[in-house]
Amino acid sequence: MTLQRKWASKMQRKFVVSDSEQCIGCQICDYVCSAVKEGGFNPLLSRIRTVRIEPAFNISMACRLCEDPTCIKSCPRKALSKDEKTGIIKLDEAKCNGCAWCIETCEFGAIALHSVKKTIIVCDLCDGDPKCLSYCPTEALSLKTPEEISQKTRKKTIMPLVSRISE
Amino acid sequence: MMYGYSGRMLVVDLTSKKTKIKAISEVFCRKFIGGNGFSISFLYEHQKPGIDPLSPGNVLVFAVGPFCGTVIPTSAKYVVQAKSPLTGFQGKSFGSSLWSLAFRRAGYDALLIKGRAKKPTYIFIDDDIIEFRDAKELWGKDCWETDRIIRDTIGDDNVQVATIGPAGENLVRFASIVSDHHHEDDGRTGMGAVMGSKQLKAVVVRGSKTVEVAKLNELLDLCRGYYKKVIKGLTSTIMKDLGTIGTGIEYLSNYATPIRNFQSTDAFKESAPMDEDIRKISTEWMREQYIHKSVACAICPIGCDHIDFIRTGPYKGVAYKMEYQGMYALGTNCGIWYLPAIVKAGQLCDTLGIDVISTGVVIAWAMECFEKRILTLKDTGGIDLSFGNHEALMEIIPKIAHREGLGDILAEGVKRASEKIGKGSEKIAMHSKGLEFPGFDVRGLKTTALSFAVSTRGADHISAAVFGPEIRGRINRFRFEKGQGRFVAEKENNLTLYNLLMICRFSGDLWISIYSELAHLYALVTGIPLTAEELRTAGERVWNMEKAYNIREGWTRKDDSLPPRVFNDPIPDGGAKGSHLTKEEFDFMLDDYYVARGWTGDGMPTRKKLIELGLDDVAKEVGV
Repeated sequence: MTLQRKWASKMQRKFVVSDSEQCIGCQICDYVCSAVKEGGFNPLLSRIRTVRIEPAFNISMACRLCEDPTCIKSCPRKALSKDEKTGIIKLDEAKCNGCAWCIETCEFGAIALHSVKKTIIVCDLCDGDPKCLSYCPTEALSLKTPEEISQKTRKKTIMPLVSRISE
Repeated sequence: MMYGYSGRMLVVDLTSKKTKIKAISEVFCRKFIGGNGFSISFLYEHQKPGIDPLSPGNVLVFAVGPFCGTVIPTSAKYVVQAKSPLTGFQGKSFGSSLWSLAFRRAGYDALLIKGRAKKPTYIFIDDDIIEFRDAKELWGKDCWETDRIIRDTIGDDNVQVATIGPAGENLVRFASIVSDHHHEDDGRTGMGAVMGSKQLKAVVVRGSKTVEVAKLNELLDLCRGYYKKVIKGLTSTIMKDLGTIGTGIEYLSNYATPIRNFQSTDAFKESAPMDEDIRKISTEWMREQYIHKSVACAICPIGCDHIDFIRTGPYKGVAYKMEYQGMYALGTNCGIWYLPAIVKAGQLCDTLGIDVISTGVVIAWAMECFEKRILTLKDTGGIDLSFGNHEALMEIIPKIAHREGLGDILAEGVKRASEKIGKGSEKIAMHSKGLEFPGFDVRGLKTTALSFAVSTRGADHISAAVFGPEIRGRINRFRFEKGQGRFVAEKENNLTLYNLLMICRFSGDLWISIYSELAHLYALVTGIPLTAEELRTAGERVWNMEKAYNIREGWTRKDDSLPPRVFNDPIPDGGAKGSHLTKEEFDFMLDDYYVARGWTGDGMPTRKKLIELGLDDVAKEVGV
């Protein structure tokens, strides 16, 4: 597998998506992420965040690697840039002063401020092998391209119709 | 520095509004491990014997375990312990999920609350900043609303709230503490009333600290394996599929679930006239009809909470989790088979902050009194308390929480209520030590009968949980053999260890050799090497400590008792028909158990036993 294929397929970017029907809201991804990236357990330092809406809606959200990221455009210090090959949002820590403008503009709440370093943190896909995926107990998390996501959605909508016809 | 532990206890005096931090030493940690071990030690040390549980002299201890805040499966739990207003002995209840994690990350292992606030108060623990806040606006609000208002006031969803509802404020003796909206999993022994007596509405926490462990990478790898393993396990598969209802169906169909205040166990016969046929209470039917989604406590790969959405009928729109104990207490035991009503009643209990089991048992008792005309329409304030009347259930539950009319008497718990009403109603009051019976008809589960009688917190299904081996035929459920006392004692020690490390007992599938595996995990987290034997002993030590606490509060052998119905009324129908206990049999069971525990014939821990367990000071005080 070439580097290109590992990160993206058919020139579409891959990012971490969560299936809200499978997600049980356990937050193990939050805790694992902080452990892998920061050496200790603290969901406030996680690049992926679980959202629990009582009584029964759960989903985990991370950076979606937007094609035209608002975070990059909003950064007054040009601390953020997009990796050409992978689409990952890269941070120049020396330039970041923690103003949080990018946090405000991100529609997905995928960026957070590191409580100790006071610079921003965002999902970097762990070199193409996101650790959260392998820990997710319900396999709700996956690394997918937009095309793969829409395929799944199409199938999900169609399958009940198919089974009705075949009856 | 210590790994795993914070090494700190927060002491809050509500009377003087003073707080202080006490260090927790490594020696203490090795001995009492955490959670329940910490809470009973602090309770024993800080609370004077013989006090009224609802007086300022009672001490309320919250504690988490050493695994809390890590990714060890099911480790996000806390315990609350105090002298119980229901039993007069040690009381405790367990909670799960986000509150414990926030508390641990705020940098504490335990919280000790004493005194009484002059006016309704809530405490906000924001890492190292402790605030006493006015709870005037919150007083009277239900648990879910209180949670929402506090979050909105502070403006951060990272705050976690453990609160009481109107029941706790009104000192209902079985009031619970509710945290995480509704993932509180056990609200027994009236800890909410203790909080209410202190005019303490809620304990709010926000933690920003990072939890560090001794061997991070090894722990992560091991836990990843555990997640994969737990999904395939037998118990967790059932739990994942249907939650506790999944195992509950086993008891229901094997004549072990009490019906109409222990007047029947024949679910097939009892439910036959109902619209919702018992045969339909099957996995598939439940899932199709009601279950919307399974939800987990934090850091739990199993996800046993199943949220039911009621889509039609008078309770349309209710969304709440359904548990076996709720299905029994508010359902079968009250003669109610209409599932949406049981779900609605469970939700009422949780929002008002009362224990589901105690509530159901005290109502079922009142229903039988109504049937036997010990209570009349005049006594009930016009409510038709016939078995099976689910509308009456919805009327009486709020009356208990607000102590209105008959509700004021029922709020005292079934022991006190039956003593007050008299007329033979004591003979049908199902409790041990004043704690209402969980959903197992112990006349046909005899080892469970023993475990309910000897448990340190009253009729308790999670102290030994031997009903599983009984229903599956590993031990004979109808005959108590010599040696089953030892079986109960060992299960108690084992499950106590779960409560020290504060992991969920539904994680049982994970462990092949539980003590050595947990010792290994303990070392990875804390860096403290403990042998499997040391961990096993810790469970026994804490059980003896709880026993010693009870003795200091006046326990004698006659307190390890079962209600008259267990001896006088054999099971009248179904596959367990005729089964009951005799006094001689029960005495034999107690003797067998006390011998297995190394206690005297009167059930008193010997000085020798306590010293052997490293409880020298306790031995001086209560050992014989």
